[in-house]
Amino acid sequence: MQYETVIGLEVHVQLQTRSKMFCGCPADYQNAPANSRVCPVCLGLPGALPVINRKAVEYTIMTGLALGCRIPGYSKFDRKNYPYPDLMKGYQVSQYDLPLAEEGALEIDLDGAAKSVGVMRVHLEEDAAKLQHFPEAAGDAYSLVDVNRAGVPLMEVVSAPDLRSPEEARAYLVTLHSIMQYLGVSSANMQDGNFRCDANVSLRPAGSAEFGTRTEVKNMNSFRAVYLALNYEVERQQRILEDGGRIVQETRGWVEERGVTVSQRSKEHAHDYRYFPEPDLPPLAVAAGWVEEIRRRLPELADRRKARFIEEYGLPRYDADLLTGTRAMADYFEAALALRPPAGPDTKTFAKNVSNWMLGDLSRLMNLENRDITEVRVTPAHLVELLALIDAGTLSGTIAKTVLEEAFTSGAEPAKIVREKGYSQINDSSVVEAAVAQALADNPQAVADYVKGKETAARFLVGQVMKLTRGQAKPELALELVQAGLVAIRDAEGTP
Amino acid sequence: MALERAEVEHIAALARIGLTEEELETFREQLSDILEQFERLTQLDTRSVTPTGHAVELATVMRDDVPEPPLNPEDTLRNAPRRQADFFRVKAVLEE
Repeated sequence: MQYETVIGLEVHVQLQTRSKMFCGCPADYQNAPANSRVCPVCLGLPGALPVINRKAVEYTIMTGLALGCRIPGYSKFDRKNYPYPDLMKGYQVSQYDLPLAEEGALEIDLDGAAKSVGVMRVHLEEDAAKLQHFPEAAGDAYSLVDVNRAGVPLMEVVSAPDLRSPEEARAYLVTLHSIMQYLGVSSANMQDGNFRCDANVSLRPAGSAEFGTRTEVKNMNSFRAVYLALNYEVERQQRILEDGGRIVQETRGWVEERGVTVSQRSKEHAHDYRYFPEPDLPPLAVAAGWVEEIRRRLPELADRRKARFIEEYGLPRYDADLLTGTRAMADYFEAALALRPPAGPDTKTFAKNVSNWMLGDLSRLMNLENRDITEVRVTPAHLVELLALIDAGTLSGTIAKTVLEEAFTSGAEPAKIVREKGYSQINDSSVVEAAVAQALADNPQAVADYVKGKETAARFLVGQVMKLTRGQAKPELALELVQAGLVAIRDAEGTP
Repeated sequence: MALERAEVEHIAALARIGLTEEELETFREQLSDILEQFERLTQLDTRSVTPTGHAVELATVMRDDVPEPPLNPEDTLRNAPRRQADFFRVKAVLEE
C-alpha cells in the first residue's frame, strides 16, 4: 500500500529578552554559574507574584505578524500542570485556549515550487529548569537542578499537519529559523537549545482524509537531526503498518549516535495537564494600536529581500538565495553596496562582483575557519577596497585572492597589505617581456609544440610567466606578449 | 454527577497524593458533591457572557524588560532539602 506522510512541527524559540518572562532575573543563563539567575518568582516560592515581560509579548506578536497570523484582542495565560523536577512550581505558565497569535501560514520553497504551510498558533510560555541526570550512581540515582533557565521566555510556534515529507519539514524549519533571525527575536541557535523542534509524525493510506496514529519525536538538536529522525520514524512506521501492526501513540526520543528513535514510555501517562487560567496573572487586552505599531517595525524578511535583490540588483536567484540565508549575510552585502565608488562600475555589475567574492572566496575562507559572517574581520569596506584595487588594475584576480586571505587572517586593510607586501600587479610591459623571453628560452619543447600547431602550449607558457613574476604579471598582458613571442618564432621558422 | 473510584484514583495520581481506601471513598463523595453544584450552575443561560479569564477586573499589567539583581546562590540554596555544589539535588525521575 502507498502511504502518505503527515508531519506537524512544534518549535520552541527562546526569546532574546534581557530579563525573564515573569521576573526581573537576567535571562543570560547560558554561561552563568548554577542557580545564580534566580529569585523567589522563578523558584516558585510561596507568595511570589509574576509580572509579564512586555518585550516578550511584543516579540511574540511580531512573530505572529511575520507569519501572517491574526492577533486577537484578548489573550491570557494558563497553568499547565505536571509534576517534574524541572518545574519549580509544579506547573508551567503557558497559554492554552487564547494564544497571542493564531491562524497564520509560512511559505516554504521546494526546489522552486512554493508551498504554504499553516501555522495554527504562536503562544508564549516559560522555559523549565535544567536537569542533569546521574543514573549510574551506586544505589540511588539522582538529578541535579539548575534553575537559571526556568522562567526564560519561550515562544511556541505550532504548524498545521501540512508537511508531507522530512524534506518539507526541514524546509519549514530552515525558513522559520531565518524569520526568527531576521526579526531579531531570538538568537535561534539549535545547538544551544534556543531553537528546539518536536515533530508529530503519522502515516495514512494515500488518498485517505483521516489521520493515522501519530508519535511525537523529540531530542533533535540540528536541522540534520530533524531530517534524519523524521526519515527514520517514517520508515519505522511504514514497516509496522506493512507488517499489519499498529502504531502506538507515544513520545519517542531521537538517539543521534545510534540513528534511531526510542520510546519514552514513562512520559505517556503524564499527558493530562488540567489546564486552567493562571490566577496570578491578569489577562492581556492587546490594543490594535499596539499591534499596528509593531507591524510598522517589522523588518524586511528573507523572501522579500531575496526578491528585491533579484529585481533591484539583477542578481541570479542562486546568489540572492545564499546572500539572504541569514540577515547578517544580507546586511553585509548591502553595506558593501552602499560603499560603491561613484566612478566605479554600475550598481548591477558591482553587486554581482560583491556577490561573487562573498559567495566565492570569502565563503570558502569562512567555511575553512568555521566562522560566520559576523565573525569575519574583512569588513564590507575592506571588500569594496579590494574590488577597487582590481578595477584600477593594481591587482590581478589571482593576487586579490591572496590579499583577501591575508586580510581575513590579519584584519588589515587590503591597500595596506598590497603596499607592505609589494603585491601590486605588474603592468609594465618591459618587465613582463623579460619574463616572457625567459619562459620561452626555458621551455623549448613547449615552443616547438606551438610551432607544430598545438595552440594550448601558449597557455602553459603563460603559466610559466606568472610563476616567474610570482603571479603579479597582468594576465592579459602576459598572454598577449607570449602569443606575440610565439608568433614571431613561428614566422621566423616558416620563412627560411 | 457521581464520580467513579477510578477517576478519583487518577486525579490523586496526577496530584501525587496517596490515598487510603477510606479516603478514596470520602473524596469520591465530596468531589461528586462539588461537581453536582457546578452542574446546577450549567443550567444558567450564559450564552451572552464572555468567559471570565480572571476574577479581578485588571488587565494588561506588564513590566519593562529590565533585569534586576537575582538572589545570592547561598540564599537560594539555603533551604534546599538536599544540595550538591551549587545545585539542588533531587531523586531521579528519569525519562529513558
